[in-house]
Amino acid sequence: MTAFLAVVTRELRLSLRHSADTLAAVLFFLVVAALFPLAIGPAPETLGRVAPGIVWVCALLSALLPLDRLFGADFEDGSLDQLLLCGLPAAAVALAKALAHWLVTGIPLLITAAPLAIMLRLPDPALPWLLAGLLPGTMLLSLLGTASAAVVVGARRGSVLLPLLVLPLVTPVLIFGVAAADAASAGLSPRPDLLLLTALVAAALPLCPMAAGAGLRAAGE
Amino acid sequence: MLQAEGLAAFRGERLVLRDVAFSLAAGGALLLTGPNGSGKSTLLRLLAGLLRPAAGTLRWNGEDALADLPTHARRVGYVGHLDALKPGFTAAENLAFAARLSGGSVADALAGVGLEGLADLPGRMLSAGQRRRLALARLGLTRAPLWLLDEPTLGLDDRSVGRFGGLMEAHRAGGGLVVAATHLPLPLGRAAELSLG
Repeated sequence: MTAFLAVVTRELRLSLRHSADTLAAVLFFLVVAALFPLAIGPAPETLGRVAPGIVWVCALLSALLPLDRLFGADFEDGSLDQLLLCGLPAAAVALAKALAHWLVTGIPLLITAAPLAIMLRLPDPALPWLLAGLLPGTMLLSLLGTASAAVVVGARRGSVLLPLLVLPLVTPVLIFGVAAADAASAGLSPRPDLLLLTALVAAALPLCPMAAGAGLRAAGE
Repeated sequence: MLQAEGLAAFRGERLVLRDVAFSLAAGGALLLTGPNGSGKSTLLRLLAGLLRPAAGTLRWNGEDALADLPTHARRVGYVGHLDALKPGFTAAENLAFAARLSGGSVADALAGVGLEGLADLPGRMLSAGQRRRLALARLGLTRAPLWLLDEPTLGLDDRSVGRFGGLMEAHRAGGGLVVAATHLPLPLGRAAELSLG
């Protein structure tokens, strides 16, 4: 447990030191989402209809930004070897990395999503459900992203490969997340979609770190 | 304490190590020599558990050392050819992770390599030799009995090499093992030599 917390603390301290990288994801999220009203016009009914989709797709792309450096920097300077030798199984190192990614990227995206959705004229009753979907959604992005980042670490052109690997994996997350918010706007129950998202978290929580751990071990070789 | 039998390892498609065998008792040291590309670094990574052997066994006190990698990792202090330092972290912060794992004192570890005055200097301001000394300071923090060193004294001045020799002697006096790959003369007394390639 000490070692796990040590890895998380180290990651948080690193992101604090490189705060520009941390802020970049949130700013990217804000700027890209703000382009949509300019592109499709400010009509409230049109915007409100597509708002959940815009927020979700932008959140997904923003969460991708820091993934490239998640293991890449540690791989290049030799820190990855030290992490693998900290006495934790490789899967636990990956889980600590995923947790740090969620704390540093997922939570800020979740917080930024609220004002963004209001700006995009999302109907009021749908807002809490959009955020309720983003909570497990951002966790899934961190878990699936960490697994994919661990698989491509050390690969040539890994940063190009990474989105191609992550984006197909997160399509179910996107579908259920947007469906929850859409159901709430239409006056239907968003509960089934949220339950499916939570079930995905329950499945990804053990599976993704295991896959990531195998990827990290392979990168070390 | 540490026994290797018939170890072999691949690097990509190439078999770089074959039939490597040695035995080290407590306090022992092994010097790996050989031309570039003879597999010295590969053997160190293999001993650290970072690389799976293609054949052969590694035993620690008679048990298969690589069967449980996290347990083996706690036995290992590894300094690779990369320094594993973050340019944005100060010298002290770079050691914080290792200190947290072992419960050791960062100040003592820095003093052990003569960097006590530079604790607050960012990693990017350190010279190549100072970075190497900081990487070696990590060894002073671990309580790992097996030190695996890849060119540990590369870029160090004579005084630092002497100081590091003292660290290795103290480690061995406490029953620790040292396996080092180097082309430079290393202040390592009574060391067995294993010539590769």
